[in-house]
Amino acid sequence: MNTQLLLIQVFNGLVNGAFYALLSLGLAVIFGMLRIVNFMHGALYMLGAFTAFALGQAFGLGFWPSLILAPLIVAGIGMVLERGLLSRLYGLEPSYNLLLTFGLTLLTQDLVKQVMLSQYAVSSAPYTPPPVLSGVVNLGFVVFPKYRLFVIGLSLLICLITWFVIEKTRVGAIIRASTENPGVTRAFGIDVGKWVTGVFGVGVGLAGLAGVLAAPIYSVEPYMGAELIITTFAVVVIGGMGSILGSVITGFAVGVLAAIGAALYPPIANTLVFILMTLVLLVRPSGLFGLPEGAR
Amino acid sequence: MQKKLLTALVSTVALATVTGALAQSVRLTDNVVRVGVPTDLSGVYSELSGQGSVRAAQLAAQDFMAANPSFRNKVQVVGVDHQNKADVASNKAAEMIDRQNVDMLVDLPTSSAALAASEVAKRKKIPVMVVTGGTTALTNESCSKYTFHYAYDNYMLANGTGTAVTKRGGNSWYIIYPNYAFGQDLNRQMTAAIRENKGRVVTNSDATPFPNTDFSSYLLKAQSLKPKVFGTMQAGADLVNVVKQYNEFGLRQQGIGLGIGLLFETDVAALGQDAFAGALATVPWYWNLDQRARTWAAKFERSFGKKPTWAQAGVYSATMTYLNAVARARSDGGDAVVKALEGHRFSDFYARSAYIRPQDHRVILDVYTVQVKPRSQAREAGDIFTKIATIPAARAFQPLSESKCKF
Repeated sequence: MNTQLLLIQVFNGLVNGAFYALLSLGLAVIFGMLRIVNFMHGALYMLGAFTAFALGQAFGLGFWPSLILAPLIVAGIGMVLERGLLSRLYGLEPSYNLLLTFGLTLLTQDLVKQVMLSQYAVSSAPYTPPPVLSGVVNLGFVVFPKYRLFVIGLSLLICLITWFVIEKTRVGAIIRASTENPGVTRAFGIDVGKWVTGVFGVGVGLAGLAGVLAAPIYSVEPYMGAELIITTFAVVVIGGMGSILGSVITGFAVGVLAAIGAALYPPIANTLVFILMTLVLLVRPSGLFGLPEGAR
Repeated sequence: MQKKLLTALVSTVALATVTGALAQSVRLTDNVVRVGVPTDLSGVYSELSGQGSVRAAQLAAQDFMAANPSFRNKVQVVGVDHQNKADVASNKAAEMIDRQNVDMLVDLPTSSAALAASEVAKRKKIPVMVVTGGTTALTNESCSKYTFHYAYDNYMLANGTGTAVTKRGGNSWYIIYPNYAFGQDLNRQMTAAIRENKGRVVTNSDATPFPNTDFSSYLLKAQSLKPKVFGTMQAGADLVNVVKQYNEFGLRQQGIGLGIGLLFETDVAALGQDAFAGALATVPWYWNLDQRARTWAAKFERSFGKKPTWAQAGVYSATMTYLNAVARARSDGGDAVVKALEGHRFSDFYARSAYIRPQDHRVILDVYTVQVKPRSQAREAGDIFTKIATIPAARAFQPLSESKCKF
């Protein structure tokens, strides 16, 4: 493969990387603060895409309003679920939360499937990008869809904002402190519990946002998150559980890795990430950017 | 009073005799013909086959019973989800045959699942009519005395579409295919058909994971290879994603045409026909082929609420062909029905000039090379194909001389 083709694939990989980054960022924030492995993340991503589709069908809302509204709706649903269900399991073993969120995933998928079949008589639906972003642009080394460029740009921006909020603001300091050591943070007079629901909402809102962004590229269908979430978990493990920066960098890196794999030897494209995960677990069990448990 | 009792007794005996005579004339295991429909009820092929296939088989059963009063209430249809997985298909097929006393299997989307179910049916000596699975292995190295291949196969697709596209000037191809039995086979057949017509495949075809959503890597590769035709052997939901992204990357504007291995009406409906406009495909049937096809399609639509795909219509035709063979054989025993099917010539709303080849059990029929018309040229809802050519049954399928089948 020549250099230009390689460069093209690296660039192309950033698009899928953007989805991995947004999803694993949300997972990292949630895991960091709540110590919950949110298995439902893929279903909420799908719910973001489906909400955008449904808003368009029901109210004629286009891409831009949906890009704002759908993540908010998903965040709202997430917060209700956190208050109503997840919060009841905080004292128990992590596997309880895993089972709960897995169960909710199956419920959400089948619910959306039923709604799509009964309301719109389809099992998957296309979603059109806004006119200003449709079509291709010639970048010199590659002719690339405008919309995919927008996806890379917007997700980089969101990741940057999230990083800034967490690293540079007072809110971020509280979140970081509650992540590192909830007990000591409480001792400083900060109500950790008050922040939990909000952080969960932001985390799943990011998944919803990724879903809306994915809708114009893929078909909107009930199981669109099922495969993606597995890779995303691998990303989180490689990056280091709970590491914000790690999840973003690893997200983009894994996207690029898969694209290069697809270009070199397609059958290995989807496996590369898991090979990398295995290697990382063997050499650095806490992930590339994670701190070992003892160092916390 | 005694007289009345006697009359009742006599009529009961008479009735028993009549039933006995019927039972003697038509020998049915447990007195019922059960048609099993292993299909995809939840996955990527559920819209093109799925519940619609089950309904088609039910309609065939109803129509058959109406036309043959001696079979009244004696044909049943059982649908089951095989999830497009070979192991599930194998288990479900065995379960249907052993526990539900199913007498034949029909439909079977996904080649690997069709091959697996066909293996089971061979062991149990139960006829199978594969409609939606496409691999030519079913009538070649994996053929069986009990397996019949209806509607289409990969040779027919490649021979029809590969030839038509290459002859119309699309003589350089880059092909991607899903990495399982169907895709591998179709890629081989398509490559052969292109070369046969003096076209060339510009680089090794790429095997994509199945199922897969993102095809951008391959579209970018096509962009730099600049073939005249980007050939996609994907099917169902995967094909929809390929074509969606083919349009997104603007390959058509860059002079790279679209070659489709296997196209169903539902794929076109999912994206809108403009996304597919101009693409050629080969099909065994479509709903507005002619008046006869239309009449049946209207009946199906009244019952199911949607127009039939050619796969679903094929399930009806295959089920009816099987049931007619049961009537001719006067038995639903596997061997007797196979004998009645072999060498049978027929023509219905679906299968024209059809003949069941006894040597390899390929059901040959007239097929059609079609072009997807743009939305602006559609005369009514669902009017998506323009017929380019009719390929007569004798030339549409793999010649017997090339078949590797040995029962």
